[in-house]
Amino acid sequence: MFTNPDIVKAIFGRLSLESLPLHEPIVVLAFIGTALGGAAVAAGITYFKLWGYLWREWFTTVDHKRIGIMYMILGVVMLLRGFADAIMMRIQQAMAFNGSEGYLNAHHYDQIFTAHGVIMIFFVAMPMVTGLMNYVVPLQIGARDVSFPFLNNFSFWMTTAGAVLVMISLFVGEFARTGWLAYPPLSNIGYSPDVGVDYYIWSLQVAGVGTLLSGVNLICTIVKLRAPGMTMMRMPIFTWTSLCTNILIVASFPVLTAVLALLTLDRYVGTNFFTNDFGGNPMMYVNLIWIWGHPEVYILILPAFGIFSEVAATFSGKRLFGYTSMVYATVVITILSYLVWLHHFFTMGSGASVNSFFGITTMIISIPTGAKMFNWLFTMYRGRIRYDLPMMWTVAFMLTFVIGGMTGVLLAVPPADFVLHNSLFLVAHFHNVIIGGVVFGAFAGIAYWFPKAFGFKLDVFWGKVSFWCWVVGFYFAFMPLYVLGLMGVTRRLRVFDDPSYQIWFAIAAFGAFLVLIGIVAFLIQIAVSVMRREQLRDVTGDPWNGRTLEWATSSPPPDYNFAFTPMVRDADAWWDMKKHGYSRPLGGFKPIHIPSNTGTGVILAGLSTVMSFGLIWYIWWLAALSFIALLAVAIGHTFNYHRDYHIPADEVVRVEDERTRLLAAGARP
Amino acid sequence: MSVAVATPQTAEPVFHVVDEHAHPEGASTMLGFWLYLMSDCLIFAILFATYGVLGANYAAGPAPKDLFDLKLVAVNTAMLLLSSITYGFAMLEMARARVGATQLWLGITGLFGLAFLGIELYEFAHMIHEGATPQRSAFLSSFFTLVGTHGLHVTFGIVWLVTLMVQVARTGLIEANRRRLMCLSMFWHFLDVVWIGVFTFVYLLGTLR
Repeated sequence: MFTNPDIVKAIFGRLSLESLPLHEPIVVLAFIGTALGGAAVAAGITYFKLWGYLWREWFTTVDHKRIGIMYMILGVVMLLRGFADAIMMRIQQAMAFNGSEGYLNAHHYDQIFTAHGVIMIFFVAMPMVTGLMNYVVPLQIGARDVSFPFLNNFSFWMTTAGAVLVMISLFVGEFARTGWLAYPPLSNIGYSPDVGVDYYIWSLQVAGVGTLLSGVNLICTIVKLRAPGMTMMRMPIFTWTSLCTNILIVASFPVLTAVLALLTLDRYVGTNFFTNDFGGNPMMYVNLIWIWGHPEVYILILPAFGIFSEVAATFSGKRLFGYTSMVYATVVITILSYLVWLHHFFTMGSGASVNSFFGITTMIISIPTGAKMFNWLFTMYRGRIRYDLPMMWTVAFMLTFVIGGMTGVLLAVPPADFVLHNSLFLVAHFHNVIIGGVVFGAFAGIAYWFPKAFGFKLDVFWGKVSFWCWVVGFYFAFMPLYVLGLMGVTRRLRVFDDPSYQIWFAIAAFGAFLVLIGIVAFLIQIAVSVMRREQLRDVTGDPWNGRTLEWATSSPPPDYNFAFTPMVRDADAWWDMKKHGYSRPLGGFKPIHIPSNTGTGVILAGLSTVMSFGLIWYIWWLAALSFIALLAVAIGHTFNYHRDYHIPADEVVRVEDERTRLLAAGARP
Repeated sequence: MSVAVATPQTAEPVFHVVDEHAHPEGASTMLGFWLYLMSDCLIFAILFATYGVLGANYAAGPAPKDLFDLKLVAVNTAMLLLSSITYGFAMLEMARARVGATQLWLGITGLFGLAFLGIELYEFAHMIHEGATPQRSAFLSSFFTLVGTHGLHVTFGIVWLVTLMVQVARTGLIEANRRRLMCLSMFWHFLDVVWIGVFTFVYLLGTLR
């Protein structure tokens, strides 16, 4: 039976033993490493009998706090993968001189730079940003959960399913070799006949569903569930930036969905949207993907701005300078982010007028951003600044981001862009703003809110090691790329002829190793903090002398967040409460209505993964079956009308009494 | 809640809600569904834009004038518009809490939807038979994708409609089911609005071009 090629093809599609990259020793090693690591984790979970606990308490949870933490874990895990790609590229480029081919062949190298970009944006930065928003926003607005708790769980698992598909591509088949935006005609079937681009498409489509739904969810949460008294202009700045980010998500991710769907049709059906003949137009793709892509970078940076605003105010012991201007700056950036997409391809040849328009709109964005920078500076001015870890990241951000912003304005000048387009100068620029902005912001946010999530602070020593290695490593890794860009080196090159570049690539590789130490120190920091948790314990729920509502409840907060919904009178609601003699209510608790856990999100995302796998490998029966199953499970889920329960008042009393006891015990020494 | 609460700074400050009323379930659903619809609208916007850019690239193949049968499309449009009216009747019956009449109008809506899909599929089959396949030119690629995506939405709408009819039959017009019918109502009318765009920009302007 297995000798008949038609039957084998019907069952396995394009999948065969040759699809496993056994001829690539590096990939085999990566597979062995990942498999051993995964097996060790699985064995540990089995040994400690944690599967049931994980399933009941975490995988199926609809609690925004736990989902937020799972997003962060996903982001950190994928950071390791994305960074492994980065350091491989750095080593390759530092080696491949004087006739040396380096150690990566072109086929593998091209996958690495594509995977690095895709993973870092979609599966590191997005989960971290979404995780922080998920965790913090409901607490900051005094809500008990998000508007659609089940949808939140589903969104998380869809994002994870996308990440799983990218990881599968490392070991079964290959990933795209097209660069992170998969421009056609290169990404069309004629030039990329393999499964790489299909993995790219389906992982982004699956993860995109999650991102879009979580965007809808958080907008509804912020609009509908704010505590009484919290008018729009009393919302914490992080909530404001989250609102704007989620509006951007809902208004831009459908564009990505649509453009990827068109590329899918070109590849699977043979339509002619982005082909070279029959009237297709590849530039249409480039326009459409950047109409999503430019707002995307603001989706990432706006929450980071929000984090820095919270941190700057808290650690300066002052009200944020220029709250209103901060809000308007955020809104203006949100709007302008839609009017600049063409600056990603000034060289397309749209003509002087079009390029001028987009060059000017791009430069205008630096005005609200500059206003924010001054607001942070004036917040610090004459404040009692405490240089704890979150504040250190914030200061590093302010210095680094300004440099990235200036090179950005430089690139916004179309004639300059014609020289620097596609060069390492551009690569240095966007790493400057994404690492200096989003990554530093994520670390500031983690250091800031970690005690809220777990009830103990992060270890300071390893935090400082991580901080200095990251910051210094960043400068070593990317400042040389500015130089190389000005020397004319284009991006995504594998080998070099001119030996004068080598020293700069060597310096950049050194910087990447410093960043590696920074990442390892971060992981050690987490481990050390968990081990020293009793020394680092915070029972007050307010370790930083915070200003916003998330610090009003215990750390970690109870399932229901707040026993009584807070009433808000000021933008710094918790500060206001502390200043005006707030006392914690000790009685009169009532049952609290909250949603029940459900495994449907896990099942739907799992089926989406299987369906995508079938589509990628042309295993049509598998794709069809899992699609039908997907529909059946989704519809079946709607027949369950009983999705919530009440936490009994006794339970609330027990939890709140425990907190009273801890507060009293903490106050005594 | 976005209700502004007057909080005079001079009075004894109140920091939490003592007498909390339960949040009505599904209070955010309408807003959430609107947001979803707008995101869907953006997908159609992209498909319209693509049609606008590529819609005249016939690649020496057939043009709208050779392909479109306005009479057929007019019948098709009538089916969809009538289905919107009948959905409206269903909602009126729902407001009167009459299960049977609601189900009847929902059923009629579904039949109109099926008629629309049938005519659309006939039109597609006819065009493909003539050699005007989606692969033939960028114009046909964008035409089939725009119109087909709309048809796909109608298909899912019908699946949803049947699901809701079963649920109404099982549990009656309870609050949750009313909310769901309301969402489907918005979805269904939204598809109508999109179709009016398709009819105007693709079919009417196409035959003029």
